[in-house]
Amino acid sequence: MKTRTIKVDYLARVEGEGALYVKARGDHVEDVKLKIFEPPRFFEAFLRGRDFREAPDITARICGICPIAYQMGAVHAMESICNVMIDPRIRLLRRLIYCGEWIESHVLHIYMLHLPDFLGYPDAIQMAKDHPEAVQRALRMKKIGNGIMTLLGGREIHPINVRVGGFYKTPTRRELSSLTDDLKWGLEAAIVTVKLVSTLNFQNFEQDYEFVCLRHPDEYPLNEGSLVSNKGIDCPISQYDANLIEEHVAHSTALQTTVKGRGSAHLGPMARYSLNYDQLTPLAKNAAVNAGLEKTCRNPFKSIIVRAVEVVFAFEEALRIIKEYDQPPCPAVDVKPRAGTGYGCTEAPRGICYHRYTIDDAGIIRDAKIVSPTAVNQKTIEGDLRYFIEPNLHLPDEKLKWECEQAIRNYYPCISCSAHFLKLNIERA
Amino acid sequence: MANSVLVIGVGNAFRCDDGVGVYVARQLASRSAPGVMVREESGEGASLIEAWQGHSLVFVIDATSSDSRPGTVCRLDACDKTIPTEYFHYSTHAFSLAEAVEMARALGSLPEKLLIYGIEGGCFDAGQTISESVRSAADRVARLIEAEIVDFHSSGHSKASNTAKGGYTHA
Repeated sequence: MKTRTIKVDYLARVEGEGALYVKARGDHVEDVKLKIFEPPRFFEAFLRGRDFREAPDITARICGICPIAYQMGAVHAMESICNVMIDPRIRLLRRLIYCGEWIESHVLHIYMLHLPDFLGYPDAIQMAKDHPEAVQRALRMKKIGNGIMTLLGGREIHPINVRVGGFYKTPTRRELSSLTDDLKWGLEAAIVTVKLVSTLNFQNFEQDYEFVCLRHPDEYPLNEGSLVSNKGIDCPISQYDANLIEEHVAHSTALQTTVKGRGSAHLGPMARYSLNYDQLTPLAKNAAVNAGLEKTCRNPFKSIIVRAVEVVFAFEEALRIIKEYDQPPCPAVDVKPRAGTGYGCTEAPRGICYHRYTIDDAGIIRDAKIVSPTAVNQKTIEGDLRYFIEPNLHLPDEKLKWECEQAIRNYYPCISCSAHFLKLNIERA
Repeated sequence: MANSVLVIGVGNAFRCDDGVGVYVARQLASRSAPGVMVREESGEGASLIEAWQGHSLVFVIDATSSDSRPGTVCRLDACDKTIPTEYFHYSTHAFSLAEAVEMARALGSLPEKLLIYGIEGGCFDAGQTISESVRSAADRVARLIEAEIVDFHSSGHSKASNTAKGGYTHA
């Protein structure tokens, strides 16, 4: 029987360096490997021996698009070790800066990285020639997200204003209010975005995923919550390691994750949406309903709609926080170190980002573990590809490569974060 | 902003030679010349497109990393030809300078003239010291840009100043 190998040596429009290798024999897929060859970045090792207060600034460097996720995981973990309570107004500002990160990251992915797949363009630049209005809209929306990050974080890339205990400086009411008009425009643009992406043609592809995300009793999850799944996980984040197990596979410099005793975990917008639909705002729910989304979404190609719904939510949430804002008297509480182990887990745009630290009495970090959402999603992506490719093996290699890359980009993988991604290589036998 | 001149220094002033674009921008901001705005940018593409939109003449100065000798200067006219992506690394997550130029071209939002000066860096470590050869090239680029601005004004393209007191505006 004939063997067929399909290879994508470097995946485009994903962050970092990775490749895809597929081996098929006849009509059967024998092997799928999402190869991550981004060099390991050793962030956990950098953290050992450093002062606990340095963690948010060091971890922010893991990613240029989602530094807030790393900063928040670090500060929450340190604050839990040192048993400090944060002013609720600081908590709201943290939620606001996270809204900024969701907006800029989701909009970048929806319009610049994912939409060209659906509309048949090799990249957003080619797409911009035929759809300038959509791209202009995206640029302005992204800029608004960046604006939130700059105002609260000091700058949009690797913000410098987040610290253990709070912020170095908090904005005045007037400074935050200056964002309102742009955010109102952004909310309307987000609703237009949901409508736009709901008209795309989607592959008929669904999987019985184990969605894993945070769940909070009172809000759509961003900064905190318990760890939940649709297949039985419901625990505090301190039990993460008991439920999600990392292992090394030869073809990846990023550790892969499985749910203990089961299979892969699916993190990100679809997991959050499907397990927290009830916590969405009426406007976001309405946008989802009008876009034809059910309360649970299992088609990863439709993740572009879910992201757009989350953008609606993020703009609305940002407006709510700004409206209610009352500048706290102190930008941060003083945090005295004490020996212990603490956990932080927040919802990065691509899914939960888990941190565990052990510090000593002097506040020196003795142990660190950080798990990026892409590292966890690797196995889910490989699973998707296996099931997606088999019925499509009749397609010529170039067409199949295109479809596979799109299937991978459903997850907006951030390989640099995880290796701490893509060549496609399909071998047909 | 008709007939306005904008100088954009791109880079990170805390990563040694990566800050050379910012260094040139600050050099030009410290001198007085009419009708010129100066700003510093991290290099994030969407912000660059926003920054240069509507200006007549825009200079972008950024560090390059192309295995050339540190201090090597390249001058590219972005309105005439595409910018090599490999010159200006930023982040694969976001637009680089080269992608921002192409996106602006596709959207029809390039300035009337966009000149990019790339200065090859040698050291991109943490720190604020710019290597001697790179600094020397940067001083030369600042003088070249000043001369180009004078030529632009004398050619009658610009008479108006949109900055306070006619001096450089350091945004």
